[in-house]
Amino acid sequence: MSHSDPLLDELRRIAVQYGGAPAEVLPTRPDVIIVRAGPVVVKAHAPGAEREPLVERMRATAHPSLRGIVLEPVTEEVMVVGDRLVTVWPAGTPVDHLNPDAAPWEAAARLLARMHAVPAGALLPLRAAGGPAKVASMVARLDGDSAAELVVRRAFTCLPDLDAELVWEPFSESFSLTHGDWHMGQMVRAPDEWILIDVDDLGVGDPAWDLARPAAWFAAGLLEPEVWNRFLDAYRAEGGCAVPRDGDPWERLNLPAQATTVQLTAGLVVTAKREGRPMGEAEQTMIDACLRIIRLRSACQSVSTQ
Amino acid sequence: MQCPKCRGAMRTYERNGVHIDQCESCRGIFLDYGELETLTRMEGQWSQQHQAAPPPPPPMHGAPAWGAPQHGHYGHRPRRQQGLFGMLFSS
Ligand SMILES: [Zn+2]
Repeated sequence: MSHSDPLLDELRRIAVQYGGAPAEVLPTRPDVIIVRAGPVVVKAHAPGAEREPLVERMRATAHPSLRGIVLEPVTEEVMVVGDRLVTVWPAGTPVDHLNPDAAPWEAAARLLARMHAVPAGALLPLRAAGGPAKVASMVARLDGDSAAELVVRRAFTCLPDLDAELVWEPFSESFSLTHGDWHMGQMVRAPDEWILIDVDDLGVGDPAWDLARPAAWFAAGLLEPEVWNRFLDAYRAEGGCAVPRDGDPWERLNLPAQATTVQLTAGLVVTAKREGRPMGEAEQTMIDACLRIIRLRSACQSVSTQ
Repeated sequence: MQCPKCRGAMRTYERNGVHIDQCESCRGIFLDYGELETLTRMEGQWSQQHQAAPPPPPPMHGAPAWGAPQHGHYGHRPRRQQGLFGMLFSS
């Protein structure tokens, strides 16, 4: 990382201006840059992000109904530095990657349940949440014909049309405010309580998509049943509306969780290929899940599609 | 031949003796499960435990029909490895 990078220099300058402390670049995913200065972090969003949707999402995030649920930005302003959108946030402590036992599943479930109960009407205008659109765009990145890629694309072909999932009615009963990209990296402690971060995909949608990642991990066998049940029980106890209070949650979860399984597997396969390495345990576990989706969906569809 | 999903034109090609039908507009793939299993096995991407794909587990209370076989039904799968927990953190 060069010291003369003008984008980094400007991010450091903004961080020092808001944080009043020396600036340091924090490790994060490759398409995002996070610079911390004392009590604040400055985020350069992924290249290609559109300004207007983020402006709307920042405005929604600053709304009083989200306090204690989503981290409140230091400023609502969306700055532009070079070709990147930049926002400023309080610094927080992320979930520890190395300590599965300490992962705050119940806190996550409660935060999502409370977010899903926020009347989205109060925050309008707000766009559709990011979930369903990500599936097709990740699958479209598969450009080869390896067996793994064929499995992922076959599983995607088995799924019903996800565009239908994008048709949303702001006041429809089954739709609500959703995070749009929830996983364990989307929470920090700031300063003492867990709170949701990253509003890039915040929007109106089917709240079941916010539970889709843990549901997909559970279905793949990566998340133990006890942990999944703790998460689901905490979500229900907080009044979460994505699944029925009693009975089978999978009626609502199956499609989002299967679509998310396909998306996550596509991402893993793309990454393994880019890094020129063979499929590992994680990839095989997820490809197995894709195969089970294909087997189940083909069995259900074999009569009608022939 | 037309794509059953979008009515696009289908292209057929062969890989390791398996015929693959692909839609040229939506890129949809129409292979049956057995053909996919054959391909994945031939390409050596399955470890031993994956090769013997078990029949669908009996539906368990609280688990989806497409879920991974649980403890005690079809053997034990290594879990909770650090690397796999890391997956729970990425977009
Ligand atoms: Zn098609």
